[in-house]
Amino acid sequence: MSAVAAGPLAGKRILVAKPGLDGHDAGAKVIALALRDAGAEVIYTGLRKSPEFIVRVALDEDVAAVGLSILSGSHQELSREVLEGLRAAGAGDIPVFVGGTIPPQDRAALVAAGVKGVFTNDTPLEQMIDELARVLA
Amino acid sequence: MSTATPSGIEVPVVATHEMAHEPEAPGAYPFTRGIFADGYRGRPWTIRQYSGFGSAEESNQRYRFLLEQGQTGLSVALDLPTQCGYDPDHAMARPEVGKVGVSLFSLSEMETLFAGIDLGAISTSFTINGTAAIIYAMYLAAADKQGVPRAKLTGTIQNDILKEYVARGTWIFPVRPSMRLIADSVLYANEVTPRFNAISIAGAHVRDAGCTAVEEMAYTLANGLAYVDELLRRGGDLAKFARRLSFFFYVHMDLFEEACKFRAGRRLWARLLRERYGVTDERALHFRFGVVCGGSSLVAAQPYNNIVRVAIENLAAVLGGAQSIFTCAYDEAFQIPTEFSAEIALRTQQIVQHESGVAATVDPLGGSYYVEWLTDRMEGAMREVMGEIDAYGGVVQAIEDGWLQRRIAVRAKERKDATDRGERVVVGQNRYRREAQADSYGEVFRLDPGTAARVLEKHSAVKRKRDAARAARALDALESAAAAEQENLMPLLVECCHAYATVGEMVERLKRCWGEFQEPVRL
Repeated sequence: MSAVAAGPLAGKRILVAKPGLDGHDAGAKVIALALRDAGAEVIYTGLRKSPEFIVRVALDEDVAAVGLSILSGSHQELSREVLEGLRAAGAGDIPVFVGGTIPPQDRAALVAAGVKGVFTNDTPLEQMIDELARVLA
Repeated sequence: MSTATPSGIEVPVVATHEMAHEPEAPGAYPFTRGIFADGYRGRPWTIRQYSGFGSAEESNQRYRFLLEQGQTGLSVALDLPTQCGYDPDHAMARPEVGKVGVSLFSLSEMETLFAGIDLGAISTSFTINGTAAIIYAMYLAAADKQGVPRAKLTGTIQNDILKEYVARGTWIFPVRPSMRLIADSVLYANEVTPRFNAISIAGAHVRDAGCTAVEEMAYTLANGLAYVDELLRRGGDLAKFARRLSFFFYVHMDLFEEACKFRAGRRLWARLLRERYGVTDERALHFRFGVVCGGSSLVAAQPYNNIVRVAIENLAAVLGGAQSIFTCAYDEAFQIPTEFSAEIALRTQQIVQHESGVAATVDPLGGSYYVEWLTDRMEGAMREVMGEIDAYGGVVQAIEDGWLQRRIAVRAKERKDATDRGERVVVGQNRYRREAQADSYGEVFRLDPGTAARVLEKHSAVKRKRDAARAARALDALESAAAAEQENLMPLLVECCHAYATVGEMVERLKRCWGEFQEPVRL
């Protein structure tokens, strides 16, 4: 990773995480590569992490945002646990984004629970980067 | 219009006879035109829809419905805790119990799953890998309970751990002990259930993760050769076990590239076995494969269009000579299918099988200048990719280092970028999308919210009621055999299942001996 990065997310440290048991990591890796191309410093957790672990990494690494990738249908429970964990640790201000196989009718509930944005595989990467840049500005 | 296939092969405006060679007859080496001389006339492909969710009771009902509707084989989807080796009461399992498949934590659930279904009369496929040997043992124990002779059992366990490290992610143990478990189950199956496929070497998931059709086949055949080497190292008889190796692939939208992928792969596998190992037994050279349509080729935008996509993919699989096919439901781009969408997927296959007429003549594309040319080109490209893996040091090394995983991630990014730029056209998503498109998604699938609680209740009841001493003895015996290395673990796993030991308990004992896989995260 280059020390001096340029791009809309330059200088931002972002955690890309795979909570739960879902093993589909193509999306998470594509996002991680896109964020890095946009200048961010990306930390990718690898598969099968508990919400507690993800919260701890977010705090230890002092990240600007957390992206959760979930394709198992457990997006409601797992996102909520990460959000609650961050709040309990006094880090409720770290924005959390969710991506994966998210049925359209579930999006509103995720946002209501505190998720800052929901991205699925038809979201253009540029649009996702723009939205992150706006939230993290 | 693109002038290259999705694998990047530039195609001619018109193919002519000097570009193509006359293929051999169907049923003859190297089997370009199929493994049977009479194609689908002798045996039509198996219609095998993947399903399973919630508790064993709920899935049992869905299976009975599908069998009544004319489905000819069952394909069991398991929930992630069962796939990853956790009991439903484990902290990691909690939100996932019964979600993407059925929970089979012990023999009790396998018995319930097949209640009223004669295991001697159906063929069952389990998409199971990390815990495949355990689920296979459980299936044998369930057959024992039904009084069905083990030798009568037909079906498949996926049992392909190598691609789990690369793409699907349900690994548990490190690569080398996992290879032992696979060899144990394949060698045991050869003796005990000679009509059962103890491994289905799968390319579907690496394809889903982003690689091309050529790479899908090349990586899968490379994995296949790694299993052959392992089985030989364990003293297996190649002529015998090669007859029971089966394969499983994805089919995407490029009709000819997909049909030719299967033709090229079938020929290349036969040639590799002959060239590298000197196999001459015809049946051992047979490349038998199942196909799944859809997955990442399905689109959430304007989802009813997926019905058309699936029909084209179904056709490509048939023209490629698949032995079994699973057609996705149109709503799988965003949810578990409903009974309504699952029925359309099933009917799609029945329309192709009974109305389209494509199954009447063997390999009807054979001899087409374009098809024979593309088949040759794809075989060449597959050999090149396999050569790159060999040059790296083989597929096991490439996986342990994360080299293959990184290659696929980069390919997935390229595919995403091409879609975002509109070079890869996705109708309804990045082309012909209406302004303010309000997509109609049809019926919503909702899992019964009480499922997880019921599964947990059954789990504690099983542990309470079983013969605790027998379960403990069986688990102890498993652990010491796993530590010893020489012994085939299958009989011990079958005894654990009969003793109602749980999947989580068996996996825990094996972890004590072997540890867990450490995922190389390289981006």
